[in-house]
Amino acid sequence: MATHLIVAEHTGGKLVKATLAAVSAAQKVGGTIHAIVLGQGIGDVAAELAPFAATVHTAEHPGVKDRAAQPWAKVIADAATAIGATHVWAAATGAGKDLMPRVAIRLDAGMASDISAVVNDSTFKRPMWAGNITGTVAVSSATKVITVRPTEFAAPAAGAAGTIAAFAADPGASKMSFVSFDAVVSDRPALSDARVIVAGGRGLKGPEGFKTIVEPMADVLSAAIGASRAVCDAGWVPNDWQVGQTGKVVAPELYIAIGISGAIQHVAGMKGSKCIVAINKEPEAPIFQVADYGLVADLFKVCPELTEALKAAKA
Amino acid sequence: MKFLVTVKRVTDYEAKIKLKADKSGIVTDGVNMIMNPFDEIAVEEALRQKEKHGGEVVVLSIGSSDSVAQLRSALAMGADRAILVKNDGELDANGVAKILQKIVEKEAPDVVLMGKQAIDDDNNQAAQMLAELLGWGQGTFANTITIDGGNATIVREADGGLETVKCSLPCVITADLRLNEPRYASLPGIMKAKKKPLDEVELSSLGLNTTLKVKVVGYEEPAAKQAGQKVPDVATLVHKLKTEAKAI
Repeated sequence: MATHLIVAEHTGGKLVKATLAAVSAAQKVGGTIHAIVLGQGIGDVAAELAPFAATVHTAEHPGVKDRAAQPWAKVIADAATAIGATHVWAAATGAGKDLMPRVAIRLDAGMASDISAVVNDSTFKRPMWAGNITGTVAVSSATKVITVRPTEFAAPAAGAAGTIAAFAADPGASKMSFVSFDAVVSDRPALSDARVIVAGGRGLKGPEGFKTIVEPMADVLSAAIGASRAVCDAGWVPNDWQVGQTGKVVAPELYIAIGISGAIQHVAGMKGSKCIVAINKEPEAPIFQVADYGLVADLFKVCPELTEALKAAKA
Repeated sequence: MKFLVTVKRVTDYEAKIKLKADKSGIVTDGVNMIMNPFDEIAVEEALRQKEKHGGEVVVLSIGSSDSVAQLRSALAMGADRAILVKNDGELDANGVAKILQKIVEKEAPDVVLMGKQAIDDDNNQAAQMLAELLGWGQGTFANTITIDGGNATIVREADGGLETVKCSLPCVITADLRLNEPRYASLPGIMKAKKKPLDEVELSSLGLNTTLKVKVVGYEEPAAKQAGQKVPDVATLVHKLKTEAKAI
């Protein structure tokens, strides 16, 4: 019988929802689910997780107050050993990707990164070559470490609240420390959990295009704004707007791609969206191959019309 | 200051990746091979840091003798010497990290610089595993690196913003896309690269057990999304979004 340890990610005293995707993946394997929360003053996070785990272990220690891969990896590996975990899971967020390989090698475990499906207790599917190929990987070590692509797993069902138990954390000596975090402040929803995303590409011709075309449409739809890698690299918009294999992987209800050609690396980051609309003047643009609705037109002409029509439709 | 930079030979990011007919892997015949783009950024960063602090840039690859081409590219950019750990077999990230650990212990660099991930397997594991094996700090997904007084301060591309971490040296750092823009090799650089030292080490001589813990047992093409319909105008689009897709 499998024993799972879910590593909780949290920020500002709240559970990062992507963590629940890891719970959902573990439920597919079956067995007993434990979770661990590291930090200080983490009671609320533990309580949020309790309906999804038999036991939530809280590791409070000044040495793990801020997230840093080295001390966190030791405490997580110690906890995994203490409970005899067969599987250690986390969301494949920036934080999970940074942290979990250290946990794996500490446990002499093989690791499956960024999985999109669970085949059985030791076999998983994951995107390779920027999502052009799906690989099936078999992990043969006694303990397995897995990070889970959050957009591929629906939120799990909550059960009866599990127990919350303190775990005696010993972070050991660390050669690294957290210094500061510079959050990008925005009134819009975050890309990773927006219901609607309006994204722009090179077709917008410059940063002005985002202001005059993308922003008004996003305002009407209360949408997050995304962008292709090309326009982020060109400095038109902030780096963290990038949707794609090298940026954020998203799966909103509605994704409107404006002036985006649809390079493989961009499509890899948004093809999981429920409904995709593409607006591009180039009829052969690859974005139309993944779009549910394609409009071949001059975006500078039709987008203002669309924004007005959406406003009317919502009114 | 000594920098050790890893370089992986991968398929060109502009190449169309196709499955072999028997689905045993991807077609590599006729596919251009390049230095992993994130590794190229790591090489560039090491060269810039060396210009600032002095020292040496050593580039390292693990693979068949074909990888010599990518090592020569790094030498042509300006790296001082190269090491190839020769191996034709399959490796997982655990194996790669153990090999890197052996070379690091011999070379004793102040900083190991790696790409944040290879664009073929997209694993994003080996650097973090190496840091853990060595007991070193790590700065992954680096956007800016400042080395000063025995420490490296790394501004990282984190979810929702930029995070700054500080590592005492030696440490492992991985390069993200916006760390720098790699230089092109100059013609004199390419000429000089041919004469720079390139040591070959047989994997078997390192005395490591690299039995796979993770094995790719199947390859498939992801389910193609059905191409949808073209709509003639905005009114039709809004109507369909409302009644058909129920997305607004």
